[in-house]
Amino acid sequence: MPEEGMEDNKGREERPKWNNKAEYLLTCIGFAVGLGNVWRFPYLCQIYGGGAFLIPYLIALVFQGLPLLYLELAIGQRLRMGSIGVWSSISPYLGGVGVASMVVSFCVSLFYNTIVAWVLWYLFNSFQDPLPWSQCPLNHNNTGYVKECVESTPVNYFWYRQTLNITPNMETSGSLQWWLVVSLATAWSIVYICFIRGIETIGKAVYVTATFPYLVLTIFLVRALTLPGSSEGLIYLFTPDWEILKNPQVWLDAATQIFFSLSVAFGGLISFSSYNSQKNNCERDAVLVGVINSATSIYASIPIFAILGFKAHTNYVTCLNGNILALTNEFDISDMNITVENYEQWFDSLNGTHPSRVSDLNLKTCDLQTFLDQSASGTGLAFIVFTEAVISMPGSQVWAVLFFIMLFSLGLSSMFGNLEGVLTPLHDLKLVPKWMPNELFTALICLVSFLVALIFTMGSGNYWLEVFNSYVGSVPLLIIAFFEIIAVAYIYGIGRFSDDLEFMTGHRPNIFWKGCWLVISPLMLFVVLVAYVAVQAQTHPTYPAWNPDYVNFPDTEVLPYPDWVFAICVLLSSVPVISIPLVAIYRLICCMSGRHSKGSLHNDPNIYANEGYVVES
Amino acid sequence: MLVRILVLLYLAGAPALAQTLCQPNASNGCRVRISIKTALGNQAYEWNENEMFLFRATMAFAMRRYYKTETYNVDNIIMCNQTLRVSFWFVVTSPENSTMLIPKADVEKAVRMSRHRINNAFLLTDRTLEFLGIHPTLAAPVNPDTPPWLIVFGVVIGAVFAGIIALLVSSLLQKRRKEKGMMEDGQDEEDRQMKGVENDNVLDGIYNRGFTDDDRFTKL
Repeated sequence: MPEEGMEDNKGREERPKWNNKAEYLLTCIGFAVGLGNVWRFPYLCQIYGGGAFLIPYLIALVFQGLPLLYLELAIGQRLRMGSIGVWSSISPYLGGVGVASMVVSFCVSLFYNTIVAWVLWYLFNSFQDPLPWSQCPLNHNNTGYVKECVESTPVNYFWYRQTLNITPNMETSGSLQWWLVVSLATAWSIVYICFIRGIETIGKAVYVTATFPYLVLTIFLVRALTLPGSSEGLIYLFTPDWEILKNPQVWLDAATQIFFSLSVAFGGLISFSSYNSQKNNCERDAVLVGVINSATSIYASIPIFAILGFKAHTNYVTCLNGNILALTNEFDISDMNITVENYEQWFDSLNGTHPSRVSDLNLKTCDLQTFLDQSASGTGLAFIVFTEAVISMPGSQVWAVLFFIMLFSLGLSSMFGNLEGVLTPLHDLKLVPKWMPNELFTALICLVSFLVALIFTMGSGNYWLEVFNSYVGSVPLLIIAFFEIIAVAYIYGIGRFSDDLEFMTGHRPNIFWKGCWLVISPLMLFVVLVAYVAVQAQTHPTYPAWNPDYVNFPDTEVLPYPDWVFAICVLLSSVPVISIPLVAIYRLICCMSGRHSKGSLHNDPNIYANEGYVVES
Repeated sequence: MLVRILVLLYLAGAPALAQTLCQPNASNGCRVRISIKTALGNQAYEWNENEMFLFRATMAFAMRRYYKTETYNVDNIIMCNQTLRVSFWFVVTSPENSTMLIPKADVEKAVRMSRHRINNAFLLTDRTLEFLGIHPTLAAPVNPDTPPWLIVFGVVIGAVFAGIIALLVSSLLQKRRKEKGMMEDGQDEEDRQMKGVENDNVLDGIYNRGFTDDDRFTKL
């Protein structure tokens, strides 16, 4: 964001710069590497045949992710403006693309920071012994444990009741949960302090937030590999199932995962690269960021699955021990004669001699595969599955604290990009009053976001967050990216773009990049967009509700969205992208009525660059 | 002579009588189940007659403690039906009348009162020394006055606000210093022009050496 510098008489403000290249790269990597790398990619890997999923994933990265990434970084660096300014420069009719990016960034930052607030809440609660999610609380008259907790698990109870205090359905809004409001305020305050001086403070913060997750992942990796059952988890994760590649859903999910994982179309990457000097090799930057993002996903899935394997093993042993105890008590066998190893033989012999007594015991079938199949992604993975695994690890508090600080760093560095995608376009649009210092403006934006995000701290907040996540953070981004690539490849012109790239990086883009920008990437994006919308439209959308009075509790009750909620979903998907045609029509009207459009094409804002005089070096 | 016969009969019959008092599923009997290997692993001791004796002594102690008398003795605790599990039944007879059994409810209360001592005598816990029918006491959760998470939250939010105020104040001071620096003119102007500096910010771009304002220095 423009600093406190005084303007010269031409009204141009000096654009801030990155302190060094490392800060810029770490910020972009931090933006791209987010919570999805840790809790979405391993899940997809697991359900889509392990190692085989890497094939569509890497294909999508090379042909769709990297070209889009390179395009955004190059455009931002060349035109040196935020998303609105950049797209208005390319064509005044396309200013809507920038507006759409800004709106999507704003909506995403609302719910994303709420997830960060949940992480903070769990982090604050990790400093106690025993961990609050390891045991059920007592009920009112201290005669037993709380019924809801006994029927589900302590981990589920802590998440659904003591954290979210979730309502049974979306119509019941519940009230604001004060502890979540407090956590949300903390999250927004931390975001604000990192944004106070713009990229100066962000650049310092990313040294920690972008590197700390890798440290924690390595620690977890080393620890997880020493736990029993970790190898089963890893084998389960990476065993390739080549048949799965015939399923088109896999390719769709791989493409969408790469797309959302790289955080393109938010406008944040354009803003970050606009603070670079023009002579910077953005091609190398793009390839670096893309490769590191995918490598992080793969690297993160190893400790995650080792720990999930450990959890499955622990559950399996607990299940078996329950059966062993039942058999031992029923047949008065000496203590510890039946062990996990010889359980099968004992069971067979006892079942052969006393089948009726054995069947009366209602022993559970304990199958390791079933426990391994209990996969989860998203908040379920972090707040339910992983917290359960952490309880069984010796020294639980340390692992819980490390895990949640890692999630916090991942979320915070992604928030930088989200909020940057909102602030920079507002500055470029000159919507900030002159008398307002930047710190105050940033504070205002953070305050407004905090107040709007309070809807996610209500009882039904989690349901609303899922709505935002599914409808704002998906289709609009695909549409924006599609328009971006069409704008640059066809409206701006690939020739002109190649000239710009030659100016910036020193060489023209090779046939691979050109082919992708012109044909492959738009085609892939279009196919993904159509397929995604088609898949969504096939089923009437439903959501899993946590209802203690449900017949099959603790299973979640699958409820359809009420009509008014469905209308909001459609609005959320369409309002960001409606600005694209709206701005185009507005400019057309302005043009036709003979007035000049406001967004003048200034391709070269730097008036001191005398290109007639080139220093040969 | 007759007295001797009666005494002999009584001595012979007493154990038999005791056995009939203690029956599995007796209405006033309690079943106990012990899992030593589960609790102690490698350091498990063997369950033998001595341990049985200790159990009877502990139960007598529990009864004494509950009734606040000193009349209970090891003989009042009768055990039977021991299995390999290890599990057995026991009944408690009244010290006054050895054929009368103490009701199960009272025995349960006595056990509940001294549960902790009984467990410790055997190095076991509520789960590994089970009195079937007497539920283990639920561990009362520790409820600190201030929830620990509030303390952590207070530390974090205090640090963040302190940081915000510090950064805002230093920005303000920096601005004031810059404004004062603007007042000084002139001697640096030539240098600034040479380096393409304006308003204390180094400008981007290639300085065009073809254009210098050196008229000032070449004035006649």
